Amino acid sequence: MATAFEKHPTGTAWVVEDRDSFRVARTTFTDQDVLERERAAIFDRCWLYIGHESELPNPNDFVRRAVGGRDLVFNRDRKGDYHAFFNSCPHRGAAVVREDKGSAISFKCFYHGWSFNNNGAFATRFAAGTYPEDFNKDGCANLVAVPRLAGYAGFWFVNFDANAESLEDYLAGAKDFLQVVADHGADGMEIVGGIQEYSVRANWKLLVENSFDGYHAHETHSTYLEYLVDAIGGPAELFPSRGNISRAYDLGNGHAVIEGPAPWGRPVAQWIPAWGEDGREEIAAIYAELEKRLGKERAEQVAYGNRNLLIFPNLVINDIMAITVRTFYPEQPDYMNVNSWALAPKGEARHFRKRRLDNFLEFLGPGGFATPDDVEALESCQRSYRNRAAAGWNDISRGMLRDEPLADDEAQMRAFWREWDRRVAKAG
Amino acid sequence: MATIERAGAPADRQGGTPTRSEIEDFLYLEAALLDEWKLDEWLALFAEGATYDVPTTRADDDADSADQLFLVADDYARLQHRVRRLKKPGAHSEWPRSRTAHSISNVRIVEAEGDEVLVRSVFVTYRAKNDVTDCYFGHHFHRIRVQADGLRILSKRSMLDMSSLRPHGRVSIIV
Repeated sequence: MATAFEKHPTGTAWVVEDRDSFRVARTTFTDQDVLERERAAIFDRCWLYIGHESELPNPNDFVRRAVGGRDLVFNRDRKGDYHAFFNSCPHRGAAVVREDKGSAISFKCFYHGWSFNNNGAFATRFAAGTYPEDFNKDGCANLVAVPRLAGYAGFWFVNFDANAESLEDYLAGAKDFLQVVADHGADGMEIVGGIQEYSVRANWKLLVENSFDGYHAHETHSTYLEYLVDAIGGPAELFPSRGNISRAYDLGNGHAVIEGPAPWGRPVAQWIPAWGEDGREEIAAIYAELEKRLGKERAEQVAYGNRNLLIFPNLVINDIMAITVRTFYPEQPDYMNVNSWALAPKGEARHFRKRRLDNFLEFLGPGGFATPDDVEALESCQRSYRNRAAAGWNDISRGMLRDEPLADDEAQMRAFWREWDRRVAKAG
Repeated sequence: MATIERAGAPADRQGGTPTRSEIEDFLYLEAALLDEWKLDEWLALFAEGATYDVPTTRADDDADSADQLFLVADDYARLQHRVRRLKKPGAHSEWPRSRTAHSISNVRIVEAEGDEVLVRSVFVTYRAKNDVTDCYFGHHFHRIRVQADGLRILSKRSMLDMSSLRPHGRVSIIV
């Protein structure tokens, strides 16, 4: 369950916190040795998102994914069980899967032809005498599975540390918010085809901060807000009992969320005038189903609240005018790769699906009315960190004096940075 | 020196199927208007009700924005907003403005019926800002109609033929 933020002093070189100020050293965004420590202390040890269950609807389905600097295959075998393998032939190393996705009962390396069942077991027969009789007795010719693979509420994660805590313990208070997102659809949720794959010439932690930063919207996204006023025919009617909720929650283990009233239309289930009177009736029907299935309190939370959720370290689920699932990985201290997917209720009416996707792309992604300006801001920060010797600190203290931080405060970022500090700086 | 007529086609165009040479002039004009940031004039090349879209990389030519996530899927109203937005200083990604070179080649009329044609062309667009130069490449589909006052775009679809939109972080100036 979400808990209030606690103030606790720390005193490392990179993150400095006292009673009413919180500062982060700009070297955390620029130094190669910091990135090396992050790789060891975060990306080799934390649970990392690999995909959504809807991407593998049938036995034998597979997708190829870059996760934590590795090239992985996430798939289901003939029985329907889930696997994640390192995409590398145990013979000499070539990729055994080169497509983005598909269905296959076996994988075959294109270099020398070694074959594997889709449960990873080596499946080639050699002429007698080629290899010893007991070849592969120790499994050396099987595909190498990731040490840990687990799912929660349809979201699947891997962990490269065999001794890591369980996924559920790791997710802590974030479990409830993953469930809120999973509850949108009566028949479950699905990833909608089409991945936005882009890069930002900035440190990955700048996108962590930006992804749940409610403070920057009016300044950075003025042109989007102006568009919104015109395009949606006025702001949404805020539901009275939830209209004033604006909070940030520390969910434990570095996970955090900001939650607030949505001023825009939500295909589940908040109407805007642009959708017309027919749309109003359809939204009312969607809401009625939510309330019947989930109860009044949860239905209101699903329908009328905005959520920007970070699962530490780098899974962002923005449940805003659409639902975005986004991960990003550092390639260099000043360069990251971003992947972004759209999540939607299964069985959604086609015109609502279209509205949802329109909402997503008109705000988000490289062609949207907002993301390009975020990218510009992050890259501007990164360039300015060349001044770090003289101007060396970021201020993350907004709202520290408030007992209940608001969605446009920075408590959620402090939750991230405390966990980062615990894992990276204090790991020694 | 004589003034060069900027219209996409002769003002007295009487309908019928446009020739490739007329189409090429028109596409070169579109490219020039984007490079010169004459965005109102660029918008005027589109017929009212026209659409403009950019699917994600590796999408099929016939991808549908009702079924899958795109990068851009503008109806005419959003296209007008896109132009209005790009002209504001609040469009930070283009302020100060980037410099671009939109290059068009391999122009082919792939369908023709009456006064409408479907045109496939190849584009290479360079964008420079903040000491970084990005290159976008792919192919366009333009559906173009002859009107009394010249050629107009009914729909434009830009297919990005890169394997991903990396190292780029935006398509803020229309590809």
